[in-house]
Amino acid sequence: MSMTYSYYKNMQLNNIIFVYQGEVTADLVSSILQMIENKLEGEGEDRKVKKRVFNVMVECLQNVYHHLDALPPTDPNNPVKDKTALLMIGREEKDYYIITGNHILNDRIPELKARLDRINRATKEELKQLYQEVLTGSGFSEKGTAGLGIIDIARKSGQKLGYDFHPVNDRYSFFSLEARVSRIPEK
Amino acid sequence: MRNLVIEPTSKTPKVILNADLGIFEITGRSIPEDAIGFYRKVLDWIEEYSKSPLPETTFKFHLEYFNTSSSKCLLDIFRKLERMHKAGHKVTIRWHYDADDEDMAETGQDYQALLDVPFELVPV
Repeated sequence: MSMTYSYYKNMQLNNIIFVYQGEVTADLVSSILQMIENKLEGEGEDRKVKKRVFNVMVECLQNVYHHLDALPPTDPNNPVKDKTALLMIGREEKDYYIITGNHILNDRIPELKARLDRINRATKEELKQLYQEVLTGSGFSEKGTAGLGIIDIARKSGQKLGYDFHPVNDRYSFFSLEARVSRIPEK
Repeated sequence: MRNLVIEPTSKTPKVILNADLGIFEITGRSIPEDAIGFYRKVLDWIEEYSKSPLPETTFKFHLEYFNTSSSKCLLDIFRKLERMHKAGHKVTIRWHYDADDEDMAETGQDYQALLDVPFELVPV
């Protein structure tokens, strides 16, 4: 039990207002959204900021839900794939930050990394153009709207996305993504 | 044809498609994980309706939030309305948004730029 206080202090120090580690289901995503929305509402955050945080959160959470790579079962007696992830929301003086972490197959890293770098290099105008290209299907070669989520997160955030690929084993890495939303409403 | 009414949930919008009364609206929030599943019925309805539409169709959208998977479905709806317009029918899309919601205004402008159908931005 002695760890409890250090967890608490650590979260406080990092301005974490919400953290979840576990399996990500559609119902769970709904519950988290509802809870954070109530929290933002209750704290009298600026309407525009609140909407942006909510929007970015929806995309981040659904991105994990749709795109995480489940780890193969480790326990032969319990043949369930590991679909766990990490979701974290923090509130600093100037920004809200939303961090997600999930496993990803190493094969998928180069493409995702290239995409994130491209988005981080893009200007506001270029992001808008990229969004329209992917929306109308002339952008990225991949199917459907995959890819649109991250562009939308970058547009709503207005800041560079932070990311990291932490090697886990020869097949998997742990991918983390951080999106920030300014608490200072634009004039 | 049969009217389509879908009641809103915390993740899906209210949909009213009523050709008898000439009401066509999608309002609320649209953030389902499976947007394609949700909008299939709507797209099918519009497809059927477009075969013999009313002399005038004004389609109202007023969304508080929508996710990127819904954005693709919205474009599919707009494309169907665009097709009706190009076939010579009178069609207007009215994109309502809260006057202080710049992001939603900008999204409306994005769609407007992509489409060749009367598309009005309506701050409320």
